[in-house]
Amino acid sequence: MSTNGRAVYCKGVTKTYVTGSTKVLALRGINLDVRLGELLMLVGPSGCGKTTLISVIAGILDHDEGECLVFQQDVRAMGQTQKTRYRGANIGFVFQAYNLIPTLTVMENVAVPLLILGRPRAEAHSRAKEMLVRVGLEDKLNVFPGELSGGQQQRVAIARALVHSPRLIVCDEPTSALDADTGRIIMEVLRQTALSADRSLIIVTHDNRIFNFADRIARMDDGRIVLVEPQVAHS
Amino acid sequence: MLVGDRGKYLGIIMGLTFASLLITQQSSIFTGLMTRTYGSITDLSQPDIWVMDPKVLFIDDIKPLQDTELFRVRGIEGVEWAVPLYKGLLKARLEDGNFQICNVLGLDDATLIGGPPEMVQGSLSDLRRQDAIIVNDVGAKTRLIKRPKEGGGKPVPLQIGDILEINDHRTIVVGICRVSRTFQSQPVIYTTYTRAISIAPRERKQLSFVLVKAREGENPTALCERIKKSTGLAAYTAQEFKDLTYNYYMKYTGIPINFGIAVMLGFLIGTAIAGQTFYNFTLENLRYFGTLKAMGATNGILLRMILLQALMVGALGYGLGVGGASLFGYLFRGTELSFRLTRDLLYLSAGAIILIIIFSALISIRKVMRLEPAIVFKA
Repeated sequence: MSTNGRAVYCKGVTKTYVTGSTKVLALRGINLDVRLGELLMLVGPSGCGKTTLISVIAGILDHDEGECLVFQQDVRAMGQTQKTRYRGANIGFVFQAYNLIPTLTVMENVAVPLLILGRPRAEAHSRAKEMLVRVGLEDKLNVFPGELSGGQQQRVAIARALVHSPRLIVCDEPTSALDADTGRIIMEVLRQTALSADRSLIIVTHDNRIFNFADRIARMDDGRIVLVEPQVAHS
Repeated sequence: MLVGDRGKYLGIIMGLTFASLLITQQSSIFTGLMTRTYGSITDLSQPDIWVMDPKVLFIDDIKPLQDTELFRVRGIEGVEWAVPLYKGLLKARLEDGNFQICNVLGLDDATLIGGPPEMVQGSLSDLRRQDAIIVNDVGAKTRLIKRPKEGGGKPVPLQIGDILEINDHRTIVVGICRVSRTFQSQPVIYTTYTRAISIAPRERKQLSFVLVKAREGENPTALCERIKKSTGLAAYTAQEFKDLTYNYYMKYTGIPINFGIAVMLGFLIGTAIAGQTFYNFTLENLRYFGTLKAMGATNGILLRMILLQALMVGALGYGLGVGGASLFGYLFRGTELSFRLTRDLLYLSAGAIILIIIFSALISIRKVMRLEPAIVFKA
């Protein structure tokens, strides 16, 4: 089956967590495509397998069975170091709790992915500065994350996720810790700065206030995709 | 990351500083103390070889020889000169009626070889005057100080011209000298060999050591062997005699164990504080290590990051600890306290700190290496 034009192609993906004698079937045969240039939201009740699915897609968790190709590459087949490097070059992360390193300034935090990729410090800082200007934080370059509001911290996280120009951005509940207005601003920033013809976004969320920012919504329940529906009204 | 967490950063540095300070300071005191055990050998720089009874174990273990041994040694091929040395512990009676044990050295009457390395007042040749003795400055100012017989008045250091009664013999101070402090820290008194044996309690044998100078071009070790073979006595080069004395104290006294315990304690406490704090720091920052892993940081990058942080706090702690120990040594210079900070001790302390930080880093590295990046999606 051709996977051209797709950022992610999952077919029959399963994942089981084993703790002692207890087995939990987190993914029960996931079939999902994420198109290039698309913002896909994964929604569903807690424990339905959303986080497990994006962990598999982002290459930080190996699935048990099925096929999961990301930009036509089988990440599971890669060695640990190769997989880590692949993530560093191709995937950007935005977390619910921002996960900004509190002892680094905003600019240093944003520069981290470039430094991991081995770019020179000056280039990394210059690029980080550009990204922070794009997310409207040009006046916060040298402050520490603890001095920023939740919305501002999430914008820093978005800048960090984009600074190395990854082809896939994975966001885990990016607005659930924010109020409605701030959440909407974050989603606008994400759509405006992150989305492009050759880049896709997958957002895991419970927050129905932001559903209208999605191109498509995939509803999950009990480890399965139960419905994939297009969403037309973008804010 | 670690620098930003002030509490833990300072905690680790304090732990390492404490370890480095304790290890360096205690080892320096130990070295100083052990150096004092052979201080008398160091001060006698002229002779190449010390000849003594074969049963002698260390410098203060006097087993006297017959005076005729001196002539036997003088007759051996390769000996430039050989002179007698008396060394003994004799009682001096102080003005206030107290007694003080003194380390009395009797030098060859003709040459005065074996005299003090530095004269503070008077001259070594003054020993040729009747009843003359030279006293070391520390002894004159402390244990031999003249205290008023009855209350009132300040104690006065022993001075040139003062009379000192040693083993019921009248002696007169003709000079003040400076010598290396000895292990027992007793006052050191120099006089001539003849006078020393006349003062000392009568014994059949009174010659403590024969001091020998090897002829130019003669190998002292080979000469030692020749002396041993010809006389049946023990003959050591100055360094060998120092080693013999040092080894005696190492083997037969509890000094190394006591100091070893203190050094080990510093090492263990430092390891516990630094190791636990470093590990706690890692645990508290697992989310960020996970984030870095998710963002593409390989185990190699994280390993280098942890090692760099460990090295940084190690270097700071080591520097502060060694600096503190040096300051301690500087503040207590010239006192009873023995303190000798050598380059080897700096290496020892550095080695101990490196071990501590490697241990601290390893337990953290193990945790980080095994960390699943999926932790980042746990709220």
